[in-house]
Amino acid sequence: MTDDIDALKAALKASPPARNPARTAALSAALRAFDEAQDSRQGLPHGLRHTADRPERAGLLKGCLAMLSGLKLKPVLAATTSAAALGLVMVAVLPNLDQGPMRQLPAPSAPVAETAVVQMDTEAVADDAPALRKAMAPDTGAVAAQAPAVMAEPPMVADGDLPEAERFGVETEGEAYANAAPNPVRSTAETPVSTFSVDVDTASYAVIRAMLNAGQRPDPQAVRIEEMINYFPYAYPAPQAGGAPFLPSVAVMPTPWNADTRLVRIALQGRMPAQEDRPPLNLVLLIDTSGSMDDPAKLPLLKQSLGMMLGELRAEDQVAIVAYAGSAGEVLPPTPAAERATILAALDRLDAGGPTAGAEGLDLAYRLGARMKQAGEVSRVLLATDGDFNLGPSDPAALADYIARQRDSGLYLSVLGFGRGNLDDAVMQSLAQSGNGTASYIDTVQEARKVLVDQLTGALFPIADDVKIQVEWNPAQVAEYRLIGYETRALRREDFNNDRVDAGEIGAGHQVTALYEITPPGSPALLNDPLRYGPPSSAEADPGAELGFVRLRYKAPGETKSALIEVPVLADAAADPDARFAAAIAGFGQLLGGASYLGDWGWDQAIELALNNRGDDPFGYRIEAINLMRLAQNLAR
Amino acid sequence: MQMNSLDSAPEGPTDSGLALAAAAGDRVAFATLVTRHYDRIFGLCWRLTGQRAEAEDLAQEICASLPRRLQSWRREAQFSTWLYRVIVNAAHDARRRSATRGRAAAGWGDWEIARQATMAEDRAAQDWLATAMQSLPPDLRDTVALVLGEDLTQAQAATVLGLSEGTVAWRMSEVKKRLRALAAEEAHP
Repeated sequence: MTDDIDALKAALKASPPARNPARTAALSAALRAFDEAQDSRQGLPHGLRHTADRPERAGLLKGCLAMLSGLKLKPVLAATTSAAALGLVMVAVLPNLDQGPMRQLPAPSAPVAETAVVQMDTEAVADDAPALRKAMAPDTGAVAAQAPAVMAEPPMVADGDLPEAERFGVETEGEAYANAAPNPVRSTAETPVSTFSVDVDTASYAVIRAMLNAGQRPDPQAVRIEEMINYFPYAYPAPQAGGAPFLPSVAVMPTPWNADTRLVRIALQGRMPAQEDRPPLNLVLLIDTSGSMDDPAKLPLLKQSLGMMLGELRAEDQVAIVAYAGSAGEVLPPTPAAERATILAALDRLDAGGPTAGAEGLDLAYRLGARMKQAGEVSRVLLATDGDFNLGPSDPAALADYIARQRDSGLYLSVLGFGRGNLDDAVMQSLAQSGNGTASYIDTVQEARKVLVDQLTGALFPIADDVKIQVEWNPAQVAEYRLIGYETRALRREDFNNDRVDAGEIGAGHQVTALYEITPPGSPALLNDPLRYGPPSSAEADPGAELGFVRLRYKAPGETKSALIEVPVLADAAADPDARFAAAIAGFGQLLGGASYLGDWGWDQAIELALNNRGDDPFGYRIEAINLMRLAQNLAR
Repeated sequence: MQMNSLDSAPEGPTDSGLALAAAAGDRVAFATLVTRHYDRIFGLCWRLTGQRAEAEDLAQEICASLPRRLQSWRREAQFSTWLYRVIVNAAHDARRRSATRGRAAAGWGDWEIARQATMAEDRAAQDWLATAMQSLPPDLRDTVALVLGEDLTQAQAATVLGLSEGTVAWRMSEVKKRLRALAAEEAHP
């Protein structure tokens, strides 16, 4: 009988070795968390790393790579904050540690240790039991920075209650974001100003779609309404050439689910470089053909995706293909995009097998790219992988550095992720960031079409960083308001003017949509009683007056100083079908997330509203959403 | 005879020295500590989940939580024991979270077959391991991961799990019983 035990023991002992990319990512995450804790101990502004609290990894449920700024290897990005500066120290230290951690390290000196003991004695909670419980409690602080909101759940022990939590920089506000309940209705008299960061992620929608298509009701925690709304393209007015990088617009309409309130839509449209004006493109496809790519969701999907993309290229563009597995090799020499059959045949010949040699492949791809490049042309390496990117002798920072140098010489890099399980999102994100490109995750042919066909020309370059929105409501016109979604993106009012506080980025052609539900004074829909001692409410509301005022702050990429855009919210800003479709999606999200403001308004009404405002929907995203609503309705029964 | 100490300090500063320095803000000490223990963290995560990607995610989550958790570490507790407890609790949390997500997550295994495990023999060993682990309820699995996978004594495992030594002993005999049943089943399907 002990044989069984011994066998089990031997099998358990033969655990797979830890992989280097995962180790590097974990160590980076640990050091970043360490720095954040130190920063807040030193009283650096709390909100500086607001984005680190964003539930980026939610997408990882489905392996979504996009916008994983929480996992960025900050050091390889532009150093604009102290966070990045601290991160630089990190990469300088890590390689040494890998080789021989003990050698250069001074043993902690006695004074240090003593200080620590003293601190712990005075600062730790008096009794052992709570401290122990805290140690054993699920993590919601540093982990919240990494864990997706959908995975987050109420902590067993409210960390905020423990004095040391504050002192040691547990970002309690961050925790609240990650677990955020829907925004409540706010009274304008008490809180006239609402501030949040833009968000162009769409991961939540992809997760919800996957769950519904698998016949499951999505977990309400997985629902982030802003990411659902922002998944869809809308026809927003574009900014003028030479002006600000994006143009805000405002629309006001009756609320579908409440006759006594109105919805205000705030929309941003990022500048889109004119397609005809774009210079010829030299594309080097760097394709991972290692053994792990042998999966229907990987190499075959990759071939299909890139095949679709070829249709978007112009005759003067050029394509070359490099495959990397055991050794890297040129599969297709630079070929005009017009010779589609040749390129497709080369793609078709790709076969998975062998270990990965990413660094060598990258080098070969860049050499090909440099050969193809002529004055006035754009060259880009498109790395397609399942993420098991063997970095070879170089560490991620050196590799990112290499990519950044190539970028400066005009060779850009974007990353396409396929499949789930191997994805080393931190490295991929850092490579794409250094290469002035994007990292996208492709799980279905539909998604491939969206990323590589519909939106290929957009999203190549960021056009604005740290974009923040602040809305001040006019108490004479708006007694109560509620921001729908953006719970995890809330900023403090004073953060708006603080250029050190990080916020979301907008890429070329990106769109951002936010919806507020507002209630006029005296409306039967008011949920809060007026304050007994509040200021007297102004007399008759002037219908032409402003409902509120929108302020936007953004930085041009690489800048440290923000610029301001202001636009009033006028009551007569008429709504379009796009706004009503967005309202239908907001309703969809609220129905999934446990609606508390919708009254009798339900699936039938949401579906009808979406159907009536489908617009021309050339890509079918909207009808797909409507079918998902139908599916959700059936599952809800 | 000295009690088998789990803290690893073949040379250089001890774990507890590093942990104290790290809690006091010594970055190098913290980096050393995490680098030293990453493989152990990943290893136990893998033994608890049976899934490589999940184990990697979990290990990263744990590493990122360490700066904060270290603040509540007391010198009285052996560092490794404390770390094991942190890992086991994080794995429990992850299990609960995936249960609420509605993913089929209670199982052990269904890991991606490691690339190097293409040899049929390895494959068979892994299949057997997955079957054996899946036949055990989660609390027995955790106990097995600690006692067999990490070579903890039953007393140490009891400390990590917050149980009495007797409970761990009972669990291990239960494991033997179940493995026996499994073997019988395989012999006479």
